[in-house]
Amino acid sequence: MENCYHCGDACRDTTIVRKDKFFCCQGCKMVFDILNENELTYYYDLESTPGKSPLEIAGRYDFLDNQPIIDQLLEFDEQDTQIVSFTIPHIHCSSCIWVLENLNKINPAIKTAQVNFPEKSIRITYNSSEVQLKELVLLLCRLGYEPNISLEDFNKKEKKIDRSLIYKLGIAGFAFGNIMFLSFPEYFEVDEFWLHQFKNMFRWLMFAFSLPVVFYSGRGYFESAYKGLRSGILNIDVPIAIGIAVLFLRSTLDIIMDWGTGFFDSLAGLVFFLLLGKFFQQKTYAFLSFERDYKSYFPIAVTQLMQEEDGESAFAKAKNLSTHEQQTPVYELKPGHRILIRNNELIPTDGILKEGTALIDYSFVTGEAVPVSKVLGDKIYAGGRQQAGVIEMEVTKAVEQSYLTQLWNNEVFSKNKATTFENLTDQISRRFTIGILSIAVVATIIWLFTNPFTAFNVFTAVLIVACPCAIALAAPFTLGNMLRIFGKHKLYLKESSVLEQMSHIDTVVFDKTGTLTTHRQNLISYEGINLTDEEQTVLTSTLRASNHPLSRALYDMLQDQGICTLDEFDEHTGSGITGSRGKISVKIGSPTFVGNQAQMNPSTNTQVHISSNDQYKGCYIFYNNYRDGMQQLFSNLNRTVQLVILSGDNNGEEAFLKTQLPANAILKFNQKPDDKLQFINRLQQEGKKVMMVGDGLNDAGALAQSNVGIAVSEDVNVFSPACDGIIDASKLMDLALFMNLSRRSIRIIKYAFVFSLFYNLIGLAFAVTGNLAPVVAAILMPLSSISIVVFTTISTYLIGRKITP
Amino acid sequence: MSIIYLLITVSVIVAVIFFIAFVYSVRRGQYDDTYTPSVRMLFDDELVKPAKKNPEIQSENNKIQ
Repeated sequence: MENCYHCGDACRDTTIVRKDKFFCCQGCKMVFDILNENELTYYYDLESTPGKSPLEIAGRYDFLDNQPIIDQLLEFDEQDTQIVSFTIPHIHCSSCIWVLENLNKINPAIKTAQVNFPEKSIRITYNSSEVQLKELVLLLCRLGYEPNISLEDFNKKEKKIDRSLIYKLGIAGFAFGNIMFLSFPEYFEVDEFWLHQFKNMFRWLMFAFSLPVVFYSGRGYFESAYKGLRSGILNIDVPIAIGIAVLFLRSTLDIIMDWGTGFFDSLAGLVFFLLLGKFFQQKTYAFLSFERDYKSYFPIAVTQLMQEEDGESAFAKAKNLSTHEQQTPVYELKPGHRILIRNNELIPTDGILKEGTALIDYSFVTGEAVPVSKVLGDKIYAGGRQQAGVIEMEVTKAVEQSYLTQLWNNEVFSKNKATTFENLTDQISRRFTIGILSIAVVATIIWLFTNPFTAFNVFTAVLIVACPCAIALAAPFTLGNMLRIFGKHKLYLKESSVLEQMSHIDTVVFDKTGTLTTHRQNLISYEGINLTDEEQTVLTSTLRASNHPLSRALYDMLQDQGICTLDEFDEHTGSGITGSRGKISVKIGSPTFVGNQAQMNPSTNTQVHISSNDQYKGCYIFYNNYRDGMQQLFSNLNRTVQLVILSGDNNGEEAFLKTQLPANAILKFNQKPDDKLQFINRLQQEGKKVMMVGDGLNDAGALAQSNVGIAVSEDVNVFSPACDGIIDASKLMDLALFMNLSRRSIRIIKYAFVFSLFYNLIGLAFAVTGNLAPVVAAILMPLSSISIVVFTTISTYLIGRKITP
Repeated sequence: MSIIYLLITVSVIVAVIFFIAFVYSVRRGQYDDTYTPSVRMLFDDELVKPAKKNPEIQSENNKIQ
């Protein structure tokens, strides 16, 4: 079998040959033709099979004709220059960057296109008088780079990137270097004439450089310390802020009174190292978003059917109710509106099916792989994706009030988790600060009796040397490193505090569908009378002709059985398909369609029934396919945590799950999204630290409520609800290991604390004896910081090697 | 030895110029995406292509390059 030159898929059903190259479908061939015409075939030389088969797009972007919507999407709009940014999930290789940045070769109205690869986004500058936004999007779609335009882009505010940490770090580093260079002469204090001459200038220059360090770079520490004190917490920033303030005041006093050079370089170095730790901790995954809610998946606009009342008489009205389509932003949908949902479009709100057959894929919401059929008059819930043709529905609820979206009204979504959690560093700092202050006071009192002048020196020296720089660095570097190691192994955590929370978890709650089972494949088994070879062949050929997702899944399993040309094929939407060849005619579909009244299998699983020549044969049953290694994962986890399974499904698979789970695990079925949230809330009130592992939008509440919410994702670029971490589905089975490693990293931090306390003791020995010269501080402080960084980096690297790639 | 006033002034000015360049480059967003430019710089030469040739030969040539 040949592989497609464009997308690399096996050419299974149809093979199109063009210029000695094979293509799996018309779509792929068309992309090749477009690129070939525009001499952009270099695309295929950069990477082999870089492309993606373009999807059917008819009508899907009609909302881009609507000027108010365009205005919302444009970043910049002036005369003949328009700028727009899109997220394109398919961007994955250098070929993608190249072809997208050469869009102007295909359409000259595009001025420039710039790809941001880590963010998987493209920024296009174009001239709207020559090319419409819709044409632009369609061009991208035709190339297989379908942009992701969702409700989230609507009303998008100017993106504000916070770069202040880089500025602060830059200023601190700049001042640190310059101050060090200016303070060097006096460190090698030799009684030299010229040194005395310029001493004052050097000192005041150092003072000038230290001003921005204290008042700009170090400002965050003062603010945080103030906030902490006001709410009665002695966080780590309190001793740091005291340290910075004392360093600055003592040094300024030193140079004013001509007592010495001051500690300006220690001051700048301290702030620089602290900010470096902060910067390091701030690992972000540009291509991931942890804040997504339903808005990221919902369309901006849907096709609304408007009824024109143009007839004069009531009779004409009744007869000629002509309708026309209009693109309406989804926020403007009201109950009573009629909307049109095309194939592959998402259903934005709850409604009632009015026309067509609905086959809705709810995998975004529940994780359930098998689509659900709906008939006229059925209620359709928001969040599903229509899979079979066009349907019309009547809206019953506004978007924010739908069954799915009202979950986001729960206050848990407006709470900030991080603020309610006291981290390890702050816990230590509470005792540390009190200890240091009492040492400083005691030492000062003792000196007051022996030498009152040294007493002031000792007091400031203790506060300077005790500044917990190394302690403050231990956590950021350990956690930052682990975050990177986890990221390399496809567990992406939102921030380092999540890792710390992970180490405290004692209860792990799993969602069932989509989390423990896979989205993609189903286990299919056949029950009934065996089919003859001929019947099998006809069956397979009939399935092949159908586009129904269940048919495709069955065909994928049966395709080895050979195919033949059918004499007849018919598709009865909503009930099934028929195919015949020679004497054999098969019917595939619902039990009533194939004529099976007697044997109604009460099982709750999805079934496809088969009959041959009107004689009932049996049915294929689709089972949830559990991920491999699940039992192992459960037994590993059970050593340290309590296991819970919360499922939105019925208890059809309870018996099977019980065989997989340890005896003390809790199983709950028929849980609505809100029930899951409340269940976790109850656990937390019992004092449990809960981790939720889920996948769909229906788990979003539980993920937000839990201490650590981990979303399982088959493709991390495409879908995940708001959470604290995203784990690649293939790595879910390593969850126990990840949790183990998070506990080990906390242990590393504790060792690092002991290590840095040791340095503090040496420093204190200098300080309380009144011997802390600036040069001692200048050596001791960076030395302790650097050795902590080295220690944590090496230890995290060593424990990180435990994860097998 | 008063030359040291001049030397210090000059060195501080040079340092400040670099510092301003740093702030300017951060503000322009030059550090927002540090990956794509590293790939993009490898393309430029390939953009110039001989006019209309048989695409097969063309792609062969590119492979050899």
